[in-house]
Amino acid sequence: MTRLIAIVALWFAALPAWAAVEIEEVTTDSGITAWLVQEPAIPFTALELRFRGGTSLDRPGQQGAVNLMTGLLEEGAGEMDARDFARSRDALAASFRYSAGDDSVSVSARFLTENRDEAVALLRESLVAPRFDADAIERVRAQVLSGLASDARDPNYLARQGFDAMAFGDHPYGAPGRGTIDSVRALTREDIVQAHRDVFARDRVYVAAAGDISPEELKTLLDRLLAELPETGAPMPGPAEITIPGGTTVISFDTPQSVAVFGQEGIAQDHPDFFPMFVLNQILGGGSFESRLMEEVRVKRGLTYGVYSYLAPREWAAVYLGSVASANERIAEAIAVIRDEWAKAAADGVTGEEVEAAKTYLTGAYPLRFDGNAQIASIMAGMQMQGLPIDYIATRNDKVRAVTVEDVNRVAAEYLTPDGLHFVVVGQPEGLDGS
Amino acid sequence: MIRWLMSLIVAVSLALPAWAQGLHDAVTTFTLDNGMQVVVVEDHRAPAVQHMVWYNVGSADEPPGKSGIAHFLEHLMFKATETMESGEFSQVVAAQGGRDNAFTSYDYTAYFQRVAADRLGLMMEMEADRMVNLRLTEQEVETERNVIIEERNSRVENNPRALFGEQMNAVQYYNHGYGIPIIGWKHEIEKLGRQDALDFYETFYAPNNATLIVSGDVTPEEVRELAESHYGPIPANPDLPPRLRTSEPPQTAARRLSFADPRVAQPYVARSYLAPARDSGAQEKAAALTILAELLGGGTTSHLAEELQFDNEIAVYSGAFYDGTALDETTFDIIVVPGAEVSLEDAEAALDAALAGFLDEGIDPEDLDRIKMQLRASQIYGQDSADGIANRYGRGLTTGLTVADVQAWPDILQATTEQDIIEAARAILRPEASVTGWLMSAEEASQ
Repeated sequence: MTRLIAIVALWFAALPAWAAVEIEEVTTDSGITAWLVQEPAIPFTALELRFRGGTSLDRPGQQGAVNLMTGLLEEGAGEMDARDFARSRDALAASFRYSAGDDSVSVSARFLTENRDEAVALLRESLVAPRFDADAIERVRAQVLSGLASDARDPNYLARQGFDAMAFGDHPYGAPGRGTIDSVRALTREDIVQAHRDVFARDRVYVAAAGDISPEELKTLLDRLLAELPETGAPMPGPAEITIPGGTTVISFDTPQSVAVFGQEGIAQDHPDFFPMFVLNQILGGGSFESRLMEEVRVKRGLTYGVYSYLAPREWAAVYLGSVASANERIAEAIAVIRDEWAKAAADGVTGEEVEAAKTYLTGAYPLRFDGNAQIASIMAGMQMQGLPIDYIATRNDKVRAVTVEDVNRVAAEYLTPDGLHFVVVGQPEGLDGS
Repeated sequence: MIRWLMSLIVAVSLALPAWAQGLHDAVTTFTLDNGMQVVVVEDHRAPAVQHMVWYNVGSADEPPGKSGIAHFLEHLMFKATETMESGEFSQVVAAQGGRDNAFTSYDYTAYFQRVAADRLGLMMEMEADRMVNLRLTEQEVETERNVIIEERNSRVENNPRALFGEQMNAVQYYNHGYGIPIIGWKHEIEKLGRQDALDFYETFYAPNNATLIVSGDVTPEEVRELAESHYGPIPANPDLPPRLRTSEPPQTAARRLSFADPRVAQPYVARSYLAPARDSGAQEKAAALTILAELLGGGTTSHLAEELQFDNEIAVYSGAFYDGTALDETTFDIIVVPGAEVSLEDAEAALDAALAGFLDEGIDPEDLDRIKMQLRASQIYGQDSADGIANRYGRGLTTGLTVADVQAWPDILQATTEQDIIEAARAILRPEASVTGWLMSAEEASQ
């Protein structure tokens, strides 16, 4: 779920506060395109690479290959073994983060202006010449397996995974991105090498940089970093078929507080009704204390510490999700209140006042998301991946402002499906009938 | 490849101190007549500000039997005042497109809002209001108590690692509030009431027990003018009690505990040692321990990773942690997560052997240089977040440090020698001041 939240956040994060700072599009000699925000005040650069596909590129029977491969990139490259690589990186005080999500593998790098060339040379080795040494594979595999064993007894993970398996079935979204204990145990070095070929290709890379670097310097850097990658990688998995029947699923787990993930079908980012839905969600269960769900479940009744809903327009499926956690003896009431609010919003809509408050919040909060070079680079890479135009930022708040109470009430009636809302509950909930 | 890289690195690190020394936080500080301290961190890159008020009070200042009251009060501060409705505070912030929240720790409680720079005055007006005008109803206190019980459920009761950590801390401290969880013991939270919250509020919430920290697109002059007009009229509390804490007696017995829970899938060994904190004018030991944690367990290149993860396949993960920003004696913590075929007993023995080896072998100067280089670089990276700088000052000033201490810290870290670190390590790595804990799955415990 964290991953889903990240996706949504990225889409909306953009920068009127920085609007005076133009995003510049840079194309390298070898044809790589990147977005750049120059910010020379502090002598470092944040560089973000996104390789579209992510763990959804796992081949059948090889769940977890992309994740394990990603974890191995910093465990030895070129002539360096894992420790040489780490020592070189630390001595440069550079930081490289590699992470595999459902829709992309991201590489987030941060390096000083002083030693930029050396840092990029090192980063390049990890991307184009990872060694996948046998001892490194076993070491990282053991770490992944340890994590998977813990996941299997983590109620939050069980709820998310339970929901995904139900909603997405055989699509890669339905399987755990990190794989299963059995699938990860069975991965061979060849599978990992294949995953590397599948993921890292020029036809799917999105690049953004923010910080102390000129367009010319960025061009040179990127050609050095990426020009040797192959042109194409593995085919994309294609759209998922979504199956979310109404109802409740209980996964029995002995713990004092039940954790629930709930959801229904969602709406794609490029759908004309996306912005009205976005405003509706802000009113219903968006992240602030002011949402109807927070007011009813937490503030009035004290049933939970937090209840949220969010649109999750992923690359291959759009769902509308939420989460709540309450003591086993109180979760049934929390769920009843949420169902009730869902039905009320669908039947009666919201007020003009609520719409205005949500719009003020959303447009005002927009500039606050731009909180440093790394965030800006990450946001710009996400925008490119979602196909947004480079001038999107200037028009985004206007799209929010244009939403009317009539729009919101129309989409509430059309898209909210109180009967199609499904709860996956992990715990020992009292008074809940679950299939 | 590696040799080429290394030679470049040497040249670079020699060149580094010049810029590192030229770097200073853009910080201004002054004090209002009522004793409220003010810190301004300027960053004019974006037209936003973060407004924070830090109170010099945390869970370690709670009266006996009232654990959790500092955190409970933090929640209740979002209820009504004489002029604001319950919940209106956050509504107003949201209506300005801003975000607000608060947090509680052992030594401090802080409230913050992030808003457009021209809304700073309104934030101050509301924060000053709730510093002295809070109004609580029995009904709201009852409901909010259920919220914090659910918060405890989410953070602790549903998480065996957190339950284990509580037990470790409770055993580490014989006589100090750091042994009690910040969120409170469940049986005590359940009995906290409206009067407990108000007593705590009236005792500790006053301008002479608070620090205002504003970061972002503001000038010190603007902040001074606004602060004098909003916070200035609030009188100091003449009865503010001195911050007297109980202290630990000499710790003379190594302690062990084991905690079993069926929800544990990955067992591990945790070790904590009582350790000094940063003290005003005397941060050297803490600096040595900060670097010690990096050398011992700060990632792939650390001593524990070498010994337990690379040279021997004992652990899937190991780490050492120390944060000296605390009012009183804190802890130096180590964790070893054994591989699937390794017992906790063997993992613990390997840890002790690795610690002994570290003290015997001494420190490789290259390792120390690498860490100092990273510390210098972190000053540069840190400039990217004015809010991060604000946080550093907030934590420092509420734990007994001065602005000068916070500013001196990077240089003290750089001046730390191999000998300082080994001496600090010998001084704290004493079994008789330690707790060793085994987190186990229920199956293992029953064997």
